Amino acid sequence: MNWETVIGLEIHTQLATQSKIFSGERTRYGAEPNTQACLVDLGYPGVLPVLNGKAVAMAVKFGLAIGATIERRSVFARKNYFYPDLPKGYQISQYELPIVSRGSVVIRLDDGSQKRVGITRAHLEEDAGKSLHETLKDRTGIDLNRAGTPLLEIVSEPELGSAAEAAAYMRKIHQLVRYLGICDGNMQEGSFRCDANISVRPSGDTELGTRTELKNLNSFRYVEKAIEFEIERQIDVLEDGGKVVLETRLYDSDKDETRPMRAKEEANDYRYFPDPDLLPLELDQALLDSIKESMPELPWEKEERFATDYGLNPVDIQILTASSEGAAFFEASAAGLAGNFELAANWNKGELRAALNRDGLTITDSPVGGADLNSLLRRISDGTISGKTAKEVFEAMWAGEGDADEIIEARSLQQITDVAALEKVVRQVVADNPEQAEQYRGGKQKLLGFFVGQVMQATGSKANPAEVNKLLRAKLDADEN
Amino acid sequence: MGLSKKDVQHIANLARLEVSDEQIDDYVEKLTQILDMVDALKEVDTSEVLPLAHPLHMSQPLRVDEPTEKNQRDLFQANTEHVEQGLYTVPKVIE
Amino acid sequence: MDRLTVSQLSAGLRSGKFSSEELTRQSLARIEAANPSLNAFITVTGEEALTAARAADRKLASGNAGPLTGIPLAHKDIFCTAGTLTTCGSRMLANFVSPYDATVVSKLADAGVVLVGKTNMDEFAMGSSNETSYFGPVRNPWEVSRSPGGSSGGSAAAVAAGLVPAATGTDTGGSIRQPAAFTGITGFKPTYGRVSRYGMVAFASSLDQAGTLTITAEDAALLMEAMAGFDARDSTSADQAVPPYSKMLDESLAGKTIGVPREYFDDGLDPGCERAIRDALDVFSDLGAKITEVELPHLALSVPTYYIVAPAECSSNLSRYDGIRFGYRHPDARDIGELYTRTRQEGFGAEVKRRIMTGTYVLSAGYYDAYYLQAQKVRRLIRDELMRCFEDVDIVAGPTTPTPAFGLGEKIDDPVQMYLNDIYTIAVNLAGTPGISIPCGFSGTLPVGLQLIGPHFGEATLLNFAHRYQQQTDWHTKTPPPVSNDGAGE
Repeated sequence: MNWETVIGLEIHTQLATQSKIFSGERTRYGAEPNTQACLVDLGYPGVLPVLNGKAVAMAVKFGLAIGATIERRSVFARKNYFYPDLPKGYQISQYELPIVSRGSVVIRLDDGSQKRVGITRAHLEEDAGKSLHETLKDRTGIDLNRAGTPLLEIVSEPELGSAAEAAAYMRKIHQLVRYLGICDGNMQEGSFRCDANISVRPSGDTELGTRTELKNLNSFRYVEKAIEFEIERQIDVLEDGGKVVLETRLYDSDKDETRPMRAKEEANDYRYFPDPDLLPLELDQALLDSIKESMPELPWEKEERFATDYGLNPVDIQILTASSEGAAFFEASAAGLAGNFELAANWNKGELRAALNRDGLTITDSPVGGADLNSLLRRISDGTISGKTAKEVFEAMWAGEGDADEIIEARSLQQITDVAALEKVVRQVVADNPEQAEQYRGGKQKLLGFFVGQVMQATGSKANPAEVNKLLRAKLDADEN
Repeated sequence: MGLSKKDVQHIANLARLEVSDEQIDDYVEKLTQILDMVDALKEVDTSEVLPLAHPLHMSQPLRVDEPTEKNQRDLFQANTEHVEQGLYTVPKVIE
Repeated sequence: MDRLTVSQLSAGLRSGKFSSEELTRQSLARIEAANPSLNAFITVTGEEALTAARAADRKLASGNAGPLTGIPLAHKDIFCTAGTLTTCGSRMLANFVSPYDATVVSKLADAGVVLVGKTNMDEFAMGSSNETSYFGPVRNPWEVSRSPGGSSGGSAAAVAAGLVPAATGTDTGGSIRQPAAFTGITGFKPTYGRVSRYGMVAFASSLDQAGTLTITAEDAALLMEAMAGFDARDSTSADQAVPPYSKMLDESLAGKTIGVPREYFDDGLDPGCERAIRDALDVFSDLGAKITEVELPHLALSVPTYYIVAPAECSSNLSRYDGIRFGYRHPDARDIGELYTRTRQEGFGAEVKRRIMTGTYVLSAGYYDAYYLQAQKVRRLIRDELMRCFEDVDIVAGPTTPTPAFGLGEKIDDPVQMYLNDIYTIAVNLAGTPGISIPCGFSGTLPVGLQLIGPHFGEATLLNFAHRYQQQTDWHTKTPPPVSNDGAGE
């Protein structure tokens, strides 16, 4: 039997605010346990939540970016359940009336095709704290620093048909939230996490199969592997005549398998109801307008502009616009290089990324900035140095020896473009190699490379190769006559 | 509408309350009385009425995104003896 | 023993007739003498009170004192007070020391009041008789075998018996007005959102409101000027200027209209109470007000509506009591499930658990629409119906309670009978309007309360009506017989 897979993703993005969603406590990662948990975060008797305006603005930004409806009136609800790292015994979330509904993004698949994926809703909620099961002997430790961190939960339609599509969608959302500056996207620190709802059904069936939920998939690779495993597992179960059980499963990356969670023995009944401590969130036009004006260029808008303005090919555009920082770097490096943008593209993809990877740096930490690289590329473009020499200059710039011109000057790396000086060398080289000159003239044109090499050696690689070629040809052809 | 013992146990479980065998009959009786009393609402036609969550028509004020809190862990943790390495502790939870 | 009002004490402090320290010592002495029989206080903060009183005296001497500087006052033990116990009448919080002050507490402290202690109350404010307190019932100073009402029964008894001139309270379904009626004092519940709920241990968030228990409406006005106002820490607090209530008390009532709901005078109303209420309405007629009948056909539904909405909210509000970060914790739980269930079983009393159970049930899958959502809809009907009255009348008036103070033990085993006692007060909370109960006579030997209800933010109007009435009558000056300190027999 042929099976069809249906996947929906719930992505939790931690919003990059300074303070928590309902309290004035900090949100920095990695603080000592419970040193960033104020009375509101701890759920002390008598304390009350007050909504962070920045978190609201960030949610609206996301909604505008995915072409969604921004609900002018949304409501916070309580999701009631007991867990030691949930201090109030309920999580404040949005249930019936979320702030963002009905949007979509387009994902690009490996075969180059595109697919539009619907986003059912995106809602604001608070994060829970952390339960540490391994830190203490015989006890579970509770750290509530994370409690109250603002989250935007982005819920896709069940429209993803494979693990690869799910991963592509997750990457697209990751790119978008980083473009918007609403999430740092750090998956190791849990700033961007994902749960997946997965079911399979016989191809052609219209009814959905029983789903399982995979929790906390915290890397793109795990998402793909975990979903692949789970699809196979469900198909095996069904083909053996069994039934898929509606349950929550955890992915074990060490064993590359999923297993059911043990804790939740009873079906959840979250008893959602509107949080009486919070009033309906009403957005006025002025606020929406000001957020609209602050919208950055979106990934797909940038891609389009890169094609128009720089004439780059789609693959290069994908690479260069993957992050807004990378794109900005490229644009700074390409300034004024009209007609030679490809040079900038190649350097961004090649030397720059290689150096970053080698030193484990992100583009924002690059010791050579976009404008620095631009001044180097201009020297290639105007013939001052060769591409090969430029690599040497780049390494020196990377090591902090100065800007491009200073290094070229200090190391005397300017190409010899003085025709008279070059002619002298060419004459000497041809005279020193009469045998090869004879063969060249006899038709062995490949020997031109030999002569070029000799000239470059004689000039310490500083000769302008194009000029050398021209002069050598002229000399060898002239001697024939 | 009456509640069964099973209903009471189910609710108690959701609410994380322990209901002993001696108490359960009393719960069944009194909760049933309360539900009988509130059942009067079922007679009201509310098909055209919107629910009211807040008595006043006000909308949610927004806070400026600025940290305002200092670390007061020691003060806050003075209300429990069950702290180790700065962590609140509970019996081991199995996931 | 004389029982002076805040306003009288304030004048005496300014004129140097007595010092705040003297008043505070007198208050502490009266508490010490009466508390064994009344059980009105859970905590007495003698040392801190005397320090605060001496500071107030310095302020008075320097001429920088406000109207409340140096006035002894008690807080209901539902308000968090930094550094002292805040028990909320529960075993769950019997040892809980709040690390912070409620907004009401800090505002009154800023105004210079001297906190002498925390008053007893129904556990988590859930009760109408003060019998659900973990610390035992409060007794009514008029007759110690009777209930002072609840949940602010400790505050009411303390003011009625002259232990303090004023106390704070909270009112979720009548918890200020009903005890005020039962003890013959003035109990004022402002508009929902008028006073910040920050630091007030939550019972039912959409209904809870802080207010005052005083001898006179004038005193309520003085306290309200200090307590009311927007609080950035409470999203539901109203961002509206606070009028100078105490300057608006004397306005004439001539030409004003009082609506009297026909439904308030049904079979359940005690004849003695009815007589007192009718007499009070005559006084208002004499003052120039016009009395007219209004209708509140959904009034009978306010009790069932309340007993869905309030338990639903409380079931969630009380989930934070899990023994992990503060409060009672079952000492030897073997696993996390036991930690929850044993802690909550042992930490909460019977009525609180009953309400948590009810609330959990009405929110649970399959019952939400029929109970909770329906209650929210009926809540709108009740509110709109009351709002409509104010299109025609300035205030609504009627009895605060169907009967005068009932006996301790009389209703505690029948929750529904206890709930029905709140029939006249609950609609005010559902609608979020202000209400006040003022003494208007006696049924037998027990005081009767007249309830006045105003439109949203109609505090000044209500206090004006109540004050004019109290200028005309002397019911609010009647004091209970002196309390013997040999303890009331159980």
